[in-house]
Amino acid sequence: MHGFLIYVLKRLGQFLFVVFTGVTLAFLIAHFSPVDPIEQTVSLLTSFGNTDPRSVELLRESLRELYGTDGSLLEQYFTFWGRVLTGDFGPSLSAFPTPVSTVIGRALPWTVGLLTLATLLAWTIGNLFGALAGYFRNNRFLKGVGVLVMSMQPIPTYIVGLTLIIVFGYLWPVLPISGGAQLNLEPGFTWAYISSVLVHGTLPALTLVCVGLGGWFISMRSLVSNIVTEDHVVYAELAGVRGRTIFSQYVARNAMLPQVTGLALTLGHVFGGAVIVEFVFNYPGVGKLLIAGIYAGDYSLVLGVTTIAIIAVAAAMFLIDILYPLIDPRVKLG
Amino acid sequence: MKVLIDLLRYNREFLLGTILISIILALVAASFFAPYDELATYVVIPDMPPSAEYWLGTTSRGQEVFWQLAAAMRNTLLFGVVVALVSRVIAIAVGLVSGYLGGRVDQVIMAINDTLNALPNIPILLLLVFVLRDQMSWPILAVTAALLGWQHDSRLIRSVALSLRNREFTRHAVFSGMRTGQILWREHLPYVMPIVFYTTMNNLIWAIGLEVTLSILGFSDINRPTIGGMIYWANAHSAMVAGIWWWIVVPMAFVVILFLGLFMLAMSVNEYIDPRSRLARMGA
Amino acid sequence: MHEVLSKAKKTAVTPKNVLTVEGLKAYYINEHFGVRREVRAVDDISLTVQRNEVYGIAGESSSGKSSLIKTLAGAIRPPMRVVDGSVKFDFGGQSIDVYGAPEQLKPARWRHLSYIMQGSMNVLNPVRRVKHSFHDFAYRHMGLSGAAFWSKVRQHLERLGLDPDVLEAFPHQLSGGMRQRITIALATVCEPEFIIADEPTTALDVLVQQDVLGLIKDVQARMQASIIFVTHDMSVHAAITDRLAIMYAGRLAEEGATQALFDNPQHPYTAHLIGSLPRIGDVRVRKSLPGKPPALSDPPSGCRFHPRCPLAIERCSREVPLMQPSATGGRVACFRAGEVVAA
Repeated sequence: MHGFLIYVLKRLGQFLFVVFTGVTLAFLIAHFSPVDPIEQTVSLLTSFGNTDPRSVELLRESLRELYGTDGSLLEQYFTFWGRVLTGDFGPSLSAFPTPVSTVIGRALPWTVGLLTLATLLAWTIGNLFGALAGYFRNNRFLKGVGVLVMSMQPIPTYIVGLTLIIVFGYLWPVLPISGGAQLNLEPGFTWAYISSVLVHGTLPALTLVCVGLGGWFISMRSLVSNIVTEDHVVYAELAGVRGRTIFSQYVARNAMLPQVTGLALTLGHVFGGAVIVEFVFNYPGVGKLLIAGIYAGDYSLVLGVTTIAIIAVAAAMFLIDILYPLIDPRVKLG
Repeated sequence: MKVLIDLLRYNREFLLGTILISIILALVAASFFAPYDELATYVVIPDMPPSAEYWLGTTSRGQEVFWQLAAAMRNTLLFGVVVALVSRVIAIAVGLVSGYLGGRVDQVIMAINDTLNALPNIPILLLLVFVLRDQMSWPILAVTAALLGWQHDSRLIRSVALSLRNREFTRHAVFSGMRTGQILWREHLPYVMPIVFYTTMNNLIWAIGLEVTLSILGFSDINRPTIGGMIYWANAHSAMVAGIWWWIVVPMAFVVILFLGLFMLAMSVNEYIDPRSRLARMGA
Repeated sequence: MHEVLSKAKKTAVTPKNVLTVEGLKAYYINEHFGVRREVRAVDDISLTVQRNEVYGIAGESSSGKSSLIKTLAGAIRPPMRVVDGSVKFDFGGQSIDVYGAPEQLKPARWRHLSYIMQGSMNVLNPVRRVKHSFHDFAYRHMGLSGAAFWSKVRQHLERLGLDPDVLEAFPHQLSGGMRQRITIALATVCEPEFIIADEPTTALDVLVQQDVLGLIKDVQARMQASIIFVTHDMSVHAAITDRLAIMYAGRLAEEGATQALFDNPQHPYTAHLIGSLPRIGDVRVRKSLPGKPPALSDPPSGCRFHPRCPLAIERCSREVPLMQPSATGGRVACFRAGEVVAA
């Protein structure tokens, strides 16, 4: 138990360090921008015309606190941390006067749902086929699967998404290519709404799965083809242990461990893919929000999404790391 | 040289990769003989489908797709190469030093390494693009991308360097009074070169993917032709809806050719370096 | 050749032989970029192992002894392949032709033929408890219900001086010697007739080594099992084996009763191996052989030992010496057999 505690504390420290570094980096990038975000935003806002001076002042005030010129650099830095910790990024420009936190809060479930589903699917399918392909080296079908998923793997997310849109949106229009759900449906736990969410999520999720699959496949296949030569597997084979047991308990079970760690390590990358997918499919998650925020010049929103993304990715990694001992007795029992 | 010929003869991936990349390089070479200025618009009749006169058709902006593509490929590749080279320097330096010094220093460097690796690249890059706005030029973007894209590779290099640390020749070099820098440069660098080569390919793929993505979103200098930039303009003119499919399909097809080519080369090089996978190919 | 075959035929009919190996050749065959390379790890080996016998195989590292027993156990993988010869087991009337009819071997594994592997630090699955290994390896062969099976396993562990609670442990919680003892328990729990032991004591420190050797001897005597015991350590062979085969560069150099071999080695290589053993009170400087064991991909012509042999004559580099009956009742492959004086 003692070893486990040390393990958790180490991971927690790492998590906090990642958040600290990320937030600091976001602060520095925003702070040393050659553009003055406050005046730029205010001028953008007032150019729309009918804004009352009081809300402009409110906006200017919160922006100044976020990136502003009040106080020394260190004071500003602490103010920024205060904002981050309370989740208060001020009002959003593009959805004025809705607070950024509300806008992000609305979008976050979409992204989390899409990413969790797609990542788990890609991980499971990729590892399953990778393990089979590593174990049954000469199986023709698995070799074919390998060529297919491996040739999809290097292609950028955007291109895969666009190809799927062309195929399922234009050539064979069977799936919706835009949005998160049918617009005229009332959100809620109704069959109509849920099925609409699922149907709308199919292509975005499929894109992410296509892009993610190959990496897991390749790494799992090479892990398995190394593990089959390890002593404990050879020994089980010599003992005439059943093939199914060897594959699942001796080979896959051991090969899975580095893949779980790998899952944590690639989350940041996966999030980048989600940003693109959400843009391509006009999916109402934080990625689309980020890009829309950039187009609209919405400073608070962009900084808010970036910070939340850094924290969320680090938190997800931390979660996976904490769950890891459940499958590896060497960590749990120290 | 013999190795190359052997690879071409016996390794299908290497052959296919070489062919695909040759197509891309031929295109890049052609870009230097373009009849029009790559930045100029409305130099040909817009919206013409592929024909004998316009091989790959023309865009709604009055540019020939073929010549745009050639210039775009050159610029995109240039970006990728710059990112790959700059991030190689960092990855090699960090990996060799961390692996050579080992112990505490190694732990600290790797903790920092992993922390940077845990940060999501795309949001940070987008934030930077956002605050820099018009000051954002492709060299700045390339350097930034390079700063974000070395951690994975430095870890690989470090693990090789770590194993070299206790080898006889290293101790010998230390006792004979070689300086640390010299040891790393002369003795250790040659050992990690194969893995550096392999990671360069992967890094190139990643960097080009990043460039394509950012330009498609319109977050780079959109007037300078790049593969992503072409798709950006095609989207801006709703090319798919308007039936100007060649404007969008051609750059997509060539992106796929480029990526598959690089990927095949990376795979076959990896196989050449790692005899275990070579053994597996023989039906072991 | 004639001699070898006729001898092999004669022994094949004797029912006492549990293992009969005839003219076995197993090569690593590498084909890369169109160039074919052969490594003759096991080259024309014939031998027999009798019931209730501990048969030792000795030789330097890379002499092919590990390859030989892997081939005997039917545990070889490409690129290694059996090119010629046969390996036959005879377990109380049930005969198994390992390479003629490989499907016969699988059901016999662990029931009749078990294996103690080299580097047994790592033979237990790191993510499963020890009891799961016992279940996976032995449950099917014992034909016992769950409770009876576990009480048998516990009883077996206790008889080997192991606390049955180790069943609940994960391998990483146990010491190396402990893991080795568990491996031996695992290999003997089904009471097999034949055990192949590949360097089972090499990675252990000396005290634990004695202990483990005692354990193996004990189990063997109780079960009347046959063991092939492989190690490079001649002192271990002196302590445990009944008969001993000396391997050099993929071939047998000499075979005979262990005692006779130590007393009166017929092959110069055997003499060298024995001569290099330290003896109490012996202050002579040990002679070391010049040169290194040959690369099996490109072995010397004729007798493979001739470049290092102090007695080599011209004929040794031309002709391959065959296994012949030796003066001490064993077999030896040397043109100058018997001229050797023990060092």
